[in-house]
Amino acid sequence: MNLLEVRGLTTAFMTGRGEVNAIEEVSFSLKEGEILGIVGESGSGKSVTALTVMGLLPQPPARVAAGEVVFNGQNLTRMSDRDMQRIRGPGISMIFQEPMTSLNPVFSIGDQIMETIAAHERLSQADLRKRAIDMLDKVGIPSASKRLDDYPHQMSGGQRQRVMIAMALACNPKLLIADEPTTALDVTIQAQILDLLMDLRDEFGMAIMIITHNMGVIAETADRVLVMYAGRVIEEAPVAQVFDRPLHPYTRGLLECVPSLTEDKPRLVAIPGTLPEPARRPPGCRFAPRCSHALPACSEAIPGLELLEPAHAVACFRAKELAPA
Amino acid sequence: MTTPLVTATGLSKHFEVGGGGFFGLRKAATLKAVDEVSFTINAGETLGLVGESGCGKSTLGRLLLRLIEPTSGTITFDGNDITRIGRMEMRGYRRSMQIIFQDPYGALNPRMSVEDIIAEPLVIHGERPGAETRRKVTEMLGKVGLPARALDRFPHEFSGGQRQRIGIARALVLHPRLIVCDEAVSALDVSVQAQIVNLLQDLQREMGLTYLFIAHDLSVVRHISDRVAVMYLGKVVEVADKKTIYAAPLHPYTQALIAAVPAQHPAQRSRGRRQRIAGDIPSALNPPSGCRFHTRCPHVMPVCRERAPELREAAAGHQVACHLTDT
Repeated sequence: MNLLEVRGLTTAFMTGRGEVNAIEEVSFSLKEGEILGIVGESGSGKSVTALTVMGLLPQPPARVAAGEVVFNGQNLTRMSDRDMQRIRGPGISMIFQEPMTSLNPVFSIGDQIMETIAAHERLSQADLRKRAIDMLDKVGIPSASKRLDDYPHQMSGGQRQRVMIAMALACNPKLLIADEPTTALDVTIQAQILDLLMDLRDEFGMAIMIITHNMGVIAETADRVLVMYAGRVIEEAPVAQVFDRPLHPYTRGLLECVPSLTEDKPRLVAIPGTLPEPARRPPGCRFAPRCSHALPACSEAIPGLELLEPAHAVACFRAKELAPA
Repeated sequence: MTTPLVTATGLSKHFEVGGGGFFGLRKAATLKAVDEVSFTINAGETLGLVGESGCGKSTLGRLLLRLIEPTSGTITFDGNDITRIGRMEMRGYRRSMQIIFQDPYGALNPRMSVEDIIAEPLVIHGERPGAETRRKVTEMLGKVGLPARALDRFPHEFSGGQRQRIGIARALVLHPRLIVCDEAVSALDVSVQAQIVNLLQDLQREMGLTYLFIAHDLSVVRHISDRVAVMYLGKVVEVADKKTIYAAPLHPYTQALIAAVPAQHPAQRSRGRRQRIAGDIPSALNPPSGCRFHTRCPHVMPVCRERAPELREAAAGHQVACHLTDT
């Protein structure tokens, strides 16, 4: 059984121009212990997907217009706020891009970790403290028992992200959602945090959904990849397949436009045009106006996500004929 | 034949921070954002400047243009010492040196039309707004790939990539010789980032520009630069041509920085295979003694704690500040 099943999820927002779908017909699944990478540029809907799964979008203006999220056999989309509280923490936990804004500046980090545990488990103050120290130890904060009484501003960006991870893992979640967990960090710190996430997965066997705009982060961590563009999943495959045999022209473009660390390229292969805003998405295939392979038919209907090869799905009318031999 | 366009010699910028407080009792500390940095940018080349947050790379870029005043050291531009010249004289040089900022949203005045934004440098330098400035602005728009109908529109009507094009047009309208690109593509989505990188390279060839390209993304810097300088806590620790510095870095920090870049293919996953440096970047307010990298360096020796290594030529065109290579 899959730990998480997302089926045909459409999340809409009420805006000044009427209701706009941030994501449309998003479907995917996640097994225990698996790392799923969701990659996309701004406005692709990757964060909205995560927040919908977590039930963290304010309703209104947001609304799950269609589809369902099934976690561990329970349908989260129809769950009450109170029941959802019990899923968050021991079931699904989340870490965000900016650890400084996610931590409360006026409470010590120990208080914040203990508060999280206390919300879900009845433990004595001493046991809470022990668990919090334990968690800080696990995420690699040196002399954890002393740092427990520190405030967020006394820590560096990398350490704050470690604290966020400690807090997220304090209730032993089955699924950790990491939304751009290293985007605000320097590259040497990013490497440390990605290593840590992988180590924790190996130790606790939790599943991780890692959301990023960085193909390098995907290459480093993901088992399976979902590529999103303008609110829709356009390709899904095991990680090696995505890099070796990308089938969607957008995925190919995304891989080509990144400069190399080892090779000289005289010129970068850029994707022309810009990302459409959610309220101004083109008809038909969302990528068609920027796609060098687009035919008139591409602008008429939206291509569905179809399995073209085993475990490799793509949403492109021309994927089959354009596929490399 | 290489001619230096800009040379910095022993350039420093120290900020006094944290003073004041109750009856001024709190003692001020000195933050050495840039500390005794020397380097040269040759005419027509791109010098990449990389380093992590707080290393002083943006401060250094601004010092070169004298947007902030150096504490000590000298800057020469085209052979002339510009470190201590007056405002009016400096204004003449400003025509030749411009900057492009990271945030295309914050760098453009939302109440000005695109024409006014791009014409502003011309007006500041004494031209009367009119048909002639409009012609120059239109020409620049064409150069950066925006249609002439953009003239009467406002920044909010453009996407991030287009706004960065407007920022570039504004920087280039005076036909400068040196452009400091301060994280100019960092805020852009990768598909758009590639367009802007290509544009910067095209404009460099067309207009004979010299770039100081400040960025934290090592692969973008490798792509666009001829030579690369690496900074750590206010010091330049290594300078070399890009091929050498990426293939055979000498400074342990440069090595660690390159090893930390995520793999470009899952088969090259770095976890457990590449050496990681532990710890965080120390505070610039209280930098480590001796070599500033010694607290994180895997090859640290006793001398590193005591004496700061000087930037020395390790091979032709390859400078490094490390006791390991100082033999």
